[in-house]
Amino acid sequence: MSTPPVAVVGVGQTHHKSRRLDVSFGGLVREAVFRALDDAQLTMSDIDAVVLGKAPDLFEGVMKPELYLSDALGAVGKPMFRVHTAGSVGGTTAIVAASHVQAGKHRTVLAVAFEKQSEGNAQFALGSGKGASLGAGGAFAPFIRAYIQRSGAPEHIGWKVAVKDRLNALKNPYAHLKIEDISIEKVKASPMMWEPTRFLESCPSSDGACAVVITDEAGANAAAADGRPPAWILASSSRSEPPSFPGRDPVRPAAALQCAADVYSGAGITDPRHQIDTAELYVPFSWLEPIWLEAFGLAEVGEGWKMVDDGTTELGGSLPVNASGGVLSSNPIGASGLLRFAEAANQVRGAAGEHQVDGAKVAIGMAYGANNQYFSTWAVGSSLHPFD
Amino acid sequence: MSTPSTDIAVIGWAHTPFVRHTDKSETQLLLEAITDAISPLGLTRADIDFTCLGSCDYITGQAFSFVSNLDAIGAWPPKRDSHVEMDGAWALYEAWLRLQEGDIEIAVVTGSGRSSTGDPALIYPMEMDPYFLAPLGADPLTFAALQARAVIAAGIADERSMAEVAVRSRATGDVETLLGEDFIREPLRRHDVPPITDGAAAMVLATGERARQLVERPAYITGFDHRTECHNPSFRALDDSPSTRIAAAAAGLGTAPVEVAELQTAFTHEELLLRAVLGLGDEVSVNPSGGPLRHNPIMASGLCRVGHAADHIFGGGGRSLAHATSGPCLQQNLVCILEERP
Repeated sequence: MSTPPVAVVGVGQTHHKSRRLDVSFGGLVREAVFRALDDAQLTMSDIDAVVLGKAPDLFEGVMKPELYLSDALGAVGKPMFRVHTAGSVGGTTAIVAASHVQAGKHRTVLAVAFEKQSEGNAQFALGSGKGASLGAGGAFAPFIRAYIQRSGAPEHIGWKVAVKDRLNALKNPYAHLKIEDISIEKVKASPMMWEPTRFLESCPSSDGACAVVITDEAGANAAAADGRPPAWILASSSRSEPPSFPGRDPVRPAAALQCAADVYSGAGITDPRHQIDTAELYVPFSWLEPIWLEAFGLAEVGEGWKMVDDGTTELGGSLPVNASGGVLSSNPIGASGLLRFAEAANQVRGAAGEHQVDGAKVAIGMAYGANNQYFSTWAVGSSLHPFD
Repeated sequence: MSTPSTDIAVIGWAHTPFVRHTDKSETQLLLEAITDAISPLGLTRADIDFTCLGSCDYITGQAFSFVSNLDAIGAWPPKRDSHVEMDGAWALYEAWLRLQEGDIEIAVVTGSGRSSTGDPALIYPMEMDPYFLAPLGADPLTFAALQARAVIAAGIADERSMAEVAVRSRATGDVETLLGEDFIREPLRRHDVPPITDGAAAMVLATGERARQLVERPAYITGFDHRTECHNPSFRALDDSPSTRIAAAAAGLGTAPVEVAELQTAFTHEELLLRAVLGLGDEVSVNPSGGPLRHNPIMASGLCRVGHAADHIFGGGGRSLAHATSGPCLQQNLVCILEERP
């Protein structure tokens, strides 16, 4: 049984920064929402339901912020839904919003995700205020070391990913970190944070929001007829696995493999390396790029780092990854996943501006959360049948 | 557009004992509840195609608290899975949408919370507008008392009818004695407010033929909707609940009478208000389970309303309504209609 076609017809995001002291939470999300609505040439009255995603409420100290944000998001009198699946939440937000349309319940749904990290202390919240926290970088470092040990990858791979994503960010007007003089030497000289991850191989803390308008086939066709190409959602999946037990492989998590398999079978992708034109992968620390290239079947096991080394994943390469600059350049945590999904959509809409991948017809957006346990991915296409 | 493309039914549910305090973790509570929900159906965790959990970090007092609950669902091999930072009734809504995509047949949804470990007066102000309302530190009892005054002023309730709701819900006490007690927030007395309860609930959904194979009388979800309102209670007419009215209309309440209504009315005046808004007459049995005034497991309380409404169908009933709510003074409301036929 196939579900009715649905598509992205509007994308908006804020200029991501360390501290957006000029706006409230409501002001922040509205910036992204109005950009998405303008992009879709719709208004709030065209929106039938709102799905909000963000990472733990403890990050900002606002519990269940969908209550307070109902006015700012124009949700009064409408369904307002709140998703939270750890770091993957932005991706899951888009998938749940699409589900509202696929189920035939609503015609046009707004997916919104945000984080305003400057309002709180994420590191404190990760430890729930109960003691010292390793932070995400500390939690992922052992997985990275295991990947390096298994694959025999040389140490400069992480530096290369960092330089690539930071160069890409210079082409993205919304990116938070813009390091004009980025170089391998500069990354190498930056402080060691969590062996082997250096400061410039790490994501920033950002304030920011992202919004995506998802609509049904008629809405998408109307946008297309008006010269505004939609991004058709070819397939999506969210998979989770438990925290820790003997046999779990956090470098090649079963949930990631299954999530990729779900999406590829749903989208008719049999050769992901060649059928996917560009990927927005959730890479908060540089070494996650080769790890996810392999887990998502874009590289053979043990070969992902070679695609970094030979420039395949650069903007001019044959499979550009994180052309937007990725999480390494902008990290409003709850929104970081939705940004991956939104950037993938913009690529196949031909709307990515200076960081557009030439001729991108099929893209994937991927987000993950917790200790490599929660995975959300969608594949989007410039047409519903991009492989015909 | 609200007609489901696939028949979806509640086929079973279970909840842990509801207690004032348990030392069990949320994960332990969910292990019990899920096992108790699926075992009588002859299902194992391997049969579950999709899971959606509802819980709240602030109730647990820990960021990412739901992550360890993956152990309770037994997400190995990895499950299609989601989590809402909302009552389990909204987890049910997500699963209901997901099942309509037609590629899977069985979903389990949960709601869980241990409110005994925190102080509601400290926690709940955190869900208010962080600029204008949270700094006031007003607790849930204060907001409820404001709404109770509005409901009384509108002639929808009085202190006596509120006490009658308490006596009926808890099946204990007498109205005259209760009305002799002191106020805790005028016009609310101790009997008008919910208990603190620890607990979890799990519910099993199945589609089409699969539901009919597994149970004799599936409780079909024939209407399902939820709506929110303006956040600030001072900008709302507190003697009304327009979001409940819209959700009920969208769920098709008006097309036929219901025999039972399970309402997530944690305060006595809320039941009287929602009876009026939903147009429920005396012939409708409201909260035969005792409702949240008897047991109020936060984040599971709404899902339990759906469970008790489903019990009515399992037991031979024809049509029932479940309601869930979130936010101060009934800000956000959900209505689910269950029927014996799809």
